[in-house]
Amino acid sequence: MIELILDPLKYDFMIRSLITAFASGAMLSLLGPFAINRNMGFMADAMAHATLPIIAVGVFLGFSISELGVPAAILIAIFLGIIIKNTNVGEDTAIGIIFSSFFALGFVLISLLNVTINLEDLLFGQILAVNTSDVYIVVSLLTAVILILIVYFKQLLFYSFDPIGAEVKGLNTTFLNYLFLILLSIAIVGSLQTVGIILVLSMLIIPAAAAKLVTDTFVTSIKVSVLFGVVSSITGLYLSYFFNLPSGPSMSLVATTIFVLAFLSNKIRKKGSLATVTIS
Amino acid sequence: MDTKEVNSVNTPLIVSDGCCVHFGNAPALEGVDFSISRGKKVAVVGPNGGGKSTLFNALAGLIPLTEGSLKIDGKSPDQIKGKVSYVPQKDLINWNFPLSVKQVVEMGITTRKVSSLFNKKKTNDKIKKALKDVGLEEKINDNIRSLSGGQLQRVLIARAIAQDSEILLLDEAFSAVDIGAQEDIMQLINSINLDGKTILIATHDVNNLEEKFDEVLCLNKHCCAYGDPSEVLTPEVIEEMYGSHTELFINKSHFKTEGNNSND
Repeated sequence: MIELILDPLKYDFMIRSLITAFASGAMLSLLGPFAINRNMGFMADAMAHATLPIIAVGVFLGFSISELGVPAAILIAIFLGIIIKNTNVGEDTAIGIIFSSFFALGFVLISLLNVTINLEDLLFGQILAVNTSDVYIVVSLLTAVILILIVYFKQLLFYSFDPIGAEVKGLNTTFLNYLFLILLSIAIVGSLQTVGIILVLSMLIIPAAAAKLVTDTFVTSIKVSVLFGVVSSITGLYLSYFFNLPSGPSMSLVATTIFVLAFLSNKIRKKGSLATVTIS
Repeated sequence: MDTKEVNSVNTPLIVSDGCCVHFGNAPALEGVDFSISRGKKVAVVGPNGGGKSTLFNALAGLIPLTEGSLKIDGKSPDQIKGKVSYVPQKDLINWNFPLSVKQVVEMGITTRKVSSLFNKKKTNDKIKKALKDVGLEEKINDNIRSLSGGQLQRVLIARAIAQDSEILLLDEAFSAVDIGAQEDIMQLINSINLDGKTILIATHDVNNLEEKFDEVLCLNKHCCAYGDPSEVLTPEVIEEMYGSHTELFINKSHFKTEGNNSND
């Protein structure tokens, strides 16, 4: 068993991939509980898809995807935030418009600018291609997300639970709104090489949803979500190594398996407690 | 009591002078005038869409006035943000979050200062005191999802107590709670009021207001009446607020009509 675990570590590219998988898994699943409790899944998906035109232009100008991470994330978060706040068509509709139009714009730009991008890698991730600089960037992003979340945790929690109460209390709710959008966007853009545009949502939402099913408090759900996220990304990477499977989809399917187990465990727990009540 | 204290008690704490709020072209409040002294317990009544929540939002500094002025202790609500505690309507809160009672009450002490993260002892003491005041100290670690409607309302009031502000606004504090829980909440409000806090409560229940409140503010986009409930709640005022549905006012003996003061 230990030999199996250590076997991939003889390759530098696998060490880089494992570190990146760990960082991406942790970063997304750390923000996941906030995202699912605020019903921001669709928003996160739109953020991921809205990166395509920025990546197209960035790669055309000679930047790598991970180098584009932070500026692209900030641009997307602010743009989405402003559009949603200022359109009268409803949040869901505004996100839907941005989602599809930016994705379409990305494809058109890739074609117009004749950019050399492997679309399959971009859509579903290609973690095995990460270089040392990519690893440093993703680990730095994870560190930044953790630090910012620690400092602003209570304010973000207040704002997420009761936005009106938070504003009345004197918190800067506009800042908190954009701060969370930027953190989310950073986690998404920073994880594109790991799981890709299409599957990044699975690593944000599924570990958090599974954690919510097996925990009772928000803070515990964050810890368990991170555990599930990291286990999914690392296990997915090992499966892709041993069975020659695509890495992003493997991670996503491991996360789904954990969710199904959490769902069943939740059902059994509820049934058990119901039976106890009936007997007593 | 020295002169300064006497002045501060007599000076109106909240003064609305021709306060108007419009949403686009639709008026939500039109020329509302009233003045509330310190330490008063005020019921804000009126029909749905009558402007109760709008007034609270304006007092909390959440929405700007279109015209007129609204002053709290001589300052605009925007200038004293954080000095007013607000218990919003329950459906405005995101109950998806599985938070503990302690986490919710702690929000009353949460500020934008990062340094507040390091005052754990002080924070815990304030939380415990606030929960003791509302009689929920044993529920400190419970999940808010396990609480009844009345208990949830008391947790939100504990959050407002922890904030330690002079004014407390409660929007629809008695909605979706049973009569027993309403009584508990009213007793709690009375004890907070005895500590000198000024309390405004938006409510749909117009019965027996004179037993529960010092003053009543009757709103139907404009101020229909303001003052002692036993004085101002006349059939005309009720009709101005709710149309001809004066039967809503079950305890008709409290109507003070011209030449027939049944309260006397």
